[in-house]
Amino acid sequence: MTLERWISLILLLICLVYGYTAFFTMDATLPPFMQRNPVWPSTFPKLLAVLGVVSSLAVLLNAEKTTWKPGENDIDYRRLGDYKIGQAIALLVLMVVYALTLRPLGFIGSTTLFLVLGAALLGERNFKVLIPVAVTSTLVVWWLVQQVLGIFLRPLPFFLGT
Amino acid sequence: MLEGILIGLTTALSIKNLMMVVGGCLVGTFIGMLPGLGPMSIIAIMIPVAIGIGDPSAALILLAGVYYGAIFGGSTSSILINAPGVASTVATSFDGYPLARQGKAGKALTVAAISSFFGGTVGAILLMIFAPALASVALLFHSAEYFALMVVGLSAIAAFAGSGQIGKAFLMTVLGLIMATVGEGALFNLPRFTMGVMDLQSGFSFITLAMAMFALPEALYLVLDPKRSNNETHGDQIKDLRITKDEAKAITPVIGRQSIQGFLIGVLPGAGATIASFLGYAVERNIASPEEQKKFGKGSVKGLAAPESANNAACTGSFVPLLTLGIPGSGTTAILLGALIALNVSPGPRLMVDQPDIFWAVIISMYIGNVILLILNLPLIPYIAKVLAIPRNYLIPFILFFTMMGAYIGQNNATELLILVGMGVCATILRFANFPLPPLLIGFILGSMLEDNFSRSMQLYDGAQFIWERPMTLGLLILAALLMVLPSLRARRKQRSKP
Repeated sequence: MTLERWISLILLLICLVYGYTAFFTMDATLPPFMQRNPVWPSTFPKLLAVLGVVSSLAVLLNAEKTTWKPGENDIDYRRLGDYKIGQAIALLVLMVVYALTLRPLGFIGSTTLFLVLGAALLGERNFKVLIPVAVTSTLVVWWLVQQVLGIFLRPLPFFLGT
Repeated sequence: MLEGILIGLTTALSIKNLMMVVGGCLVGTFIGMLPGLGPMSIIAIMIPVAIGIGDPSAALILLAGVYYGAIFGGSTSSILINAPGVASTVATSFDGYPLARQGKAGKALTVAAISSFFGGTVGAILLMIFAPALASVALLFHSAEYFALMVVGLSAIAAFAGSGQIGKAFLMTVLGLIMATVGEGALFNLPRFTMGVMDLQSGFSFITLAMAMFALPEALYLVLDPKRSNNETHGDQIKDLRITKDEAKAITPVIGRQSIQGFLIGVLPGAGATIASFLGYAVERNIASPEEQKKFGKGSVKGLAAPESANNAACTGSFVPLLTLGIPGSGTTAILLGALIALNVSPGPRLMVDQPDIFWAVIISMYIGNVILLILNLPLIPYIAKVLAIPRNYLIPFILFFTMMGAYIGQNNATELLILVGMGVCATILRFANFPLPPLLIGFILGSMLEDNFSRSMQLYDGAQFIWERPMTLGLLILAALLMVLPSLRARRKQRSKP
């Protein structure tokens, strides 16, 4: 089965679960005074669920007929091994680590680490340039966002105060 | 009116006020480049500065400069790194980013700057002439017409349905609409589809979704296939601002049409620059020749000029209800209304009579703001475009960082970053199988407005009869159906006629 079909199957399942919630569970908690309204919180979702099921079925059943082939500028998912998939996964993991360390490590520490490690993962080895660039840009962004725009970003790790 | 214009000119052309425009445009452009900080947040940030100035004309001129600058700044991040920070610049990235990828970043930014200039200027002229008359027309639009107008806006998705892909584009739009129903709706105040997750109580954030759909997959594509970031081969072309004669000829009528259409949509309270940009894109694509239609979405100058002129004209148009009726038509004008009240100016029908100097100074400052923005930005474009010449090893981590900052600043919540990564991975997989992502975002942006207006009309009419009882609603819905169906019919006929 092609990726197109797998995706439309998953989307069909999502639409079915969404439709089940809209048709069968949402209205149970509706306050009595709202039940007299011509439109309920579930009205629009019900319509969308039907449209979603119909369109995902159409794509699912039609996928083989209009087989799409990746062009020169696209990425052929069947040959993912030929691309730098390792680097992409490593960067995604790094983004998750950044999200988890942003508060405990503070903005300056975690952002500098993210920029340095991110570039290192992509093959940058000139740390004499990389580290000063990362530190400077982190400090500039922090200064702009916190000091100029007044949006709070905890700069230092939690054990060094707020 | 002539007297008013003269009063406005004298006020706006004083050295102090000219400096306010220049300062406002510069601040707006640079802060607006950061994804996540749209005109609304920048104006909100600048209000204390404006109030500190004390003189209402100078303060408003500063804020108008910030507004224009921020709109242009937002387009820059859409064009260069495919990261539309605000909904109204989403359509700019459809053709702006492909142009930048072809090494024509300088040209793309110039087209955007020129289109914005003309959109804003035509808007200001129309505002001056028709403001009072248009204000009363805007009030004729009710929820039913707004609902129909949103459906017309959705017809922009047809532009992303290649041959045989209409089903996919439609499915993506429905998915976007479904995502817009998550969280507490404005009309019902009941949490829906939150699955008990507190962070979903207020729904998905636009900026997170925009970054996940556009910027993150593009960055991942650049990582996966290093050949895509072949910035060395483009050399000086990136900085080249020149537009060919043919291109100028092609975009002139587009800018003219979209400046007027965008302005008229902007006048309607609640419709605003986002709808104007999507509609502008859809209309221009539909009336283009079949050869040109193929270029849309792949780096068409027309596809870039249309949303840019439309959204700028719409921004000017949104001043009509604000200045003449005191009704804020968009989030940004609502904040401006707050600033006006804080400055002891009460907008409404009396403003033109009681404080003509302020009314006309704001309008004249829009012209001056547009001219100054063009003068300031054209020389800066080669330097801004050079962002793309940064080596890949540095560029990619920075794109990812700014993508995350965009999502984080708006919500100040690290969970948003995890949602961003999760949705970004899903979007990349969808892109692998050629599911078009812009329709999903269009559906998401228009979803809540569509549902609110649909529900309100249903309540007012006690059913769905508003569709055939209001001629304008019916007309707009028929137009939407035609805009969606015609392109695929045309494509099918063409396929059949091929031997």
